[in-house]
Amino acid sequence: MVSKDSAGHLIILPQLREVLLTVGVVFGFASLLLIIAGAPPLEAYYHLFLGSLSSWVKFTHVVKVWIPLTLCACGLLFTFRIGLWNIGVEGQVMIGSVFTTWVLRAGGDSPDMGPVFIVLSLAAAALGGALWAAVAGFLKTKGGVNEIFAGLGLNFVAQGIVLWLIFGPWKQPGVASMSGTETFPATLWLNAPALLRIPPVALALVVAALVATGLMLRYTRIGLDLKAVGRNPGAAFLYGLKPSRLMVLAMLFAGGFAGLAGNLQVTAVYHRLIPAISSNYGYLALLVVMLANYNIWLVAPVAFFFACLNVGSIQLPMMLQLDSSLGGVIQGALVLATLGMHGWRRIKQTQAEGHAVPSPGKL
Amino acid sequence: MTELDVSIIIAGVIAGAAPIVLAVIGETITEKAGLINLSLDGSILLAAMASFVVALKADSLLAGFVAGALVGAAVAAAVAVFSIFLRQNQVAVGFVLTLLTRDLAYFLGNPYSRLQGPQTAPVPIPGLDQIPFLGPVLFNHPLPVYFSVVLIGVCWWYLYRTSPGLKLRAVGENPKAAYARGINPWNVQVFYAVCGGLLVGLSGATFALCTKPGWGRPQGAEGTGWIALALVIFGGWHPLKAAIGAYLFSFLQLMGIYFQGWLPAVPSQVFQVAPFPLMIFTLLIMSLAQNESVRRWAAQHGRAAALLRFLSGMAPASLGRPFRPD
Amino acid sequence: MQVELVDIHKQYGAVKANDGVSLTVAPGELHGILGENGAGKSTLMKILAGFTARTSGSVRVDGKPVDYRTTAAAADLGVGMLYQDPLDFPQLPVIDNFILGQAGTISLSRNAFKARFQDQADSFHFRLNPEALVNSLTVGERQQLELLRLLALGIRLLILDEPTTGISAAQKEVLYSALRRLAAEGKSVLLVSHKLEDVEALCDRVTVLRLGRVTGSMARPFDTEGLLRMMFGTPPHTPTRSAQPAGNAVLMMDRVSSPGGRSGLVDCSVAIRQGEVVGLAGLEGSGQDVFLRVAGGLKPPQAGSVHLSGQSMCDFNYHNFNKLGVFFLPSARLEEGLIPELTITEHVALQDERRAFRVPYQAAAEDAAQRIEKFRIKGSPQTPVEELSGGNQQRLLLSFLPPDPRLLLLENPTRGLDLESVNWVWQHLQSYSRKGTCIVFSSPELDEILMVAGRVLVFFNGRVIMDAAAAATDVQKLGRALAGKV
Repeated sequence: MVSKDSAGHLIILPQLREVLLTVGVVFGFASLLLIIAGAPPLEAYYHLFLGSLSSWVKFTHVVKVWIPLTLCACGLLFTFRIGLWNIGVEGQVMIGSVFTTWVLRAGGDSPDMGPVFIVLSLAAAALGGALWAAVAGFLKTKGGVNEIFAGLGLNFVAQGIVLWLIFGPWKQPGVASMSGTETFPATLWLNAPALLRIPPVALALVVAALVATGLMLRYTRIGLDLKAVGRNPGAAFLYGLKPSRLMVLAMLFAGGFAGLAGNLQVTAVYHRLIPAISSNYGYLALLVVMLANYNIWLVAPVAFFFACLNVGSIQLPMMLQLDSSLGGVIQGALVLATLGMHGWRRIKQTQAEGHAVPSPGKL
Repeated sequence: MTELDVSIIIAGVIAGAAPIVLAVIGETITEKAGLINLSLDGSILLAAMASFVVALKADSLLAGFVAGALVGAAVAAAVAVFSIFLRQNQVAVGFVLTLLTRDLAYFLGNPYSRLQGPQTAPVPIPGLDQIPFLGPVLFNHPLPVYFSVVLIGVCWWYLYRTSPGLKLRAVGENPKAAYARGINPWNVQVFYAVCGGLLVGLSGATFALCTKPGWGRPQGAEGTGWIALALVIFGGWHPLKAAIGAYLFSFLQLMGIYFQGWLPAVPSQVFQVAPFPLMIFTLLIMSLAQNESVRRWAAQHGRAAALLRFLSGMAPASLGRPFRPD
Repeated sequence: MQVELVDIHKQYGAVKANDGVSLTVAPGELHGILGENGAGKSTLMKILAGFTARTSGSVRVDGKPVDYRTTAAAADLGVGMLYQDPLDFPQLPVIDNFILGQAGTISLSRNAFKARFQDQADSFHFRLNPEALVNSLTVGERQQLELLRLLALGIRLLILDEPTTGISAAQKEVLYSALRRLAAEGKSVLLVSHKLEDVEALCDRVTVLRLGRVTGSMARPFDTEGLLRMMFGTPPHTPTRSAQPAGNAVLMMDRVSSPGGRSGLVDCSVAIRQGEVVGLAGLEGSGQDVFLRVAGGLKPPQAGSVHLSGQSMCDFNYHNFNKLGVFFLPSARLEEGLIPELTITEHVALQDERRAFRVPYQAAAEDAAQRIEKFRIKGSPQTPVEELSGGNQQRLLLSFLPPDPRLLLLENPTRGLDLESVNWVWQHLQSYSRKGTCIVFSSPELDEILMVAGRVLVFFNGRVIMDAAAAATDVQKLGRALAGKV
């Protein structure tokens, strides 16, 4: 990656240079914001990173964010491949959590059957997320409603359903509370060994998801079909593909993965249903995939970085009286800056090829 | 509270719709020129925060509104630059910006949360406000509300009765042909993106200084941007129809409050969430209206055909696809 | 005004579209630019019109060098162009299209412009309704509108890019008399075309381009053989009509109507027999394209019925039609027929009938290599299809057809292709028809239809107004039929 030219100067690969420039610009921007907000930038970054990586416990928190985030991102790779903007992923996570809670509530009376119910809840969550995604899919393919609006609307509906359940039929005995439903007994928790603190099942799920997604998209019929429809649905039809069916299929995959993420939020993290059960992971996963440039290899590291930012920014209100949305600002700014960098490269390439480039000013 | 006072309802609808109308008209202009500004929801929040903080610090409502407008314009300019000159997907850029601006708003606005700030006051129009019934309903509103109503007419006149408006529509229909006629389509699109952004920013300022005064997390304007985007489609990219949609929406929101009072058994979440499935439903109706078999059926039923014609509106042909020369 | 192009070069990456082109246009001259598709004519004209920037070379107006890179600047100097694909605003009315681009006040003074428009239109004998939406106009009428607009801008050098494609004989006459009148008024006209007869009929002088270079120039009277040699090098050999064995009816359309294009398809009853090669003629949007799509199962008919070999096809599904041996090739190769960013191998893999879960890319790559060799496609299995030239894309699309289809529906199969590719395409298609396949194709070139088809159907306003054997008709009769005069 790094080499020397004849004069002994370091040549860093252009991509690396771009990445460093992007990161530099973003942290410069964030520092500016911190100064405006009256906080010392270096201290803020210190807390950001310390808050996520300074101890094993903190690290496990990061992993607990990384797991659902990566699961959602894997599912989104399917919908992006076919050219869909699955903004509804947030709601799909929530419905996954709802189905999970529903199954687990049925298992409260039989403590020995704990693992069975957990497995059932995983299946139910995937099914629930997939079905919710299918609604948006059909609204698009049969109803002609843009998937962005359908997804968005369904997100709000899902949030409404979650709130209604928490304050209504599933409320805690006594007074309904914002802290969610009653916590599940330990038999219904996804088991985590004391030292590891992360359920191995969850880790296995993520790794399986990454591998399965990567293999499917690259080597299988489904991957090729999704790619074809994504680039030219009309022509794909002439080749015997059914674009509508494939779109719904992609949504089913995305919803299924998102549902699993929702399940883990309940069984491994919160052990009950809370109003913010999806924790914005759906929207964040969209950013992760964009920053990873739709490349399966980059999804896991980018998601990890974002998870660090998420967990680290929780420290900010306590330590520096700052709002924790600084993490979100950095994440968004990174994606924006990367888009800008892509664009810059494209302009240079276009000009080098002798084509004209849109330019402001009088024609 | 449970009594229906029609005059209060109408006044409430007009006042409540003001920021929505501003956002919808702004986005209609932008999309008519061919650009989609998906960052609406976040821009409104950021503009609201900025206008509140500036108004508070400068102790001037005017400064607040100006700040809000400028913020909205800046975000819209970013969308335009990224998609036209940097050739990035408009939806992608808009989506990132909607999240980024929202987080920026919450972060920078944190110290100003729940503070008491300047607020607009109703400005009765002398003479007109004495008209029985209509007077207090229509002519006793804060300035931003009057502005929003006047804006609808101005926008219609500009789009359909002036040369620059014709140019705007032409660029949205076929930027390549505009380019061939010596019109710089990118300039036009950036210009109207900024104009639309100014109005979107004013929408945010109106929230923070007039309709739902103050700043906090949440502010109360959350979700409006998405509704505005859907209303532009509902209005067939026509300012009058889009404004009707905005008033309809404001009416439904108001009715939601009344229904809540009449039906206490129904959980409050239903009323809070109701606008969004309604939005999907209207979009569904709109797109079914374009469907061929539906059109054929309606052709045989006179009144249905008229309704269909009212509902139909064609998107500007080049929407979302900036022109690449050569 | 006199315009000179001096040593114009235009490079697109590795492709040289114009390689040192020089030519001079005198004031009041009707100058033809002749060359087959791909010769670089359009690129050169776009440079002259300011739509594209040249890589090197210079342009002189009245002896003085000028440097403009935009259409606005070109228009200021008096240079304007009528593009091959009309660059107008279909959703807006004629009068708004006329006004756009002209200087005016903020308030839209439609009435003043309307009066000016009407005067001009009348003086040229153009019949245009100012309030009509442009998407209801024929190509010829859109040309007339554009002409009036350019004249209103004070254009003194008018460039027309392939204006005679897709217009009726009557419209051509109207256009030509308008152009002659402009020349008489001292304006210069550049007519760009690949059709020798059209250029010979109008122009005083012709410059011939081939592969980006000027191969010659000639003044009236014209030596047709000489021009052909300048255009092609060696005289081209043209495909001949294949014999028509009468066979059973393969496709039967009974009173079919379907919307689409300008006029849709109205009450069409046609039978296509085995082995026939049928050419569909007509102005753009007259129903030929709708016919092809209904016949292919891509569009359901609003009325009437379609039968394939006696079987009624009520359930409209292109995939079912495929199973019965019917295949459709769209004219927009890259936009509708191929998938950009996918390689040739991936296209081959996509059509693998076994549809295995794990895609056999290796086998597909070998298959792709075989096709490339057999169809002489200039590309490799890993080439993304958008990098192929038009001719190669068409070869690729044809290579995807099965060995013995029953019915081939081709929308303008030789659009934009150079002569060598055109010949190859027809040779290949004729090998199908010798095996009994029906070929139905649409084309805006009457010569092409008469050359290869055995039967011609002329469409006008959605109806088939003429159904004749190619041997029994000629270009004049067809040209009149295009405008509705049978």
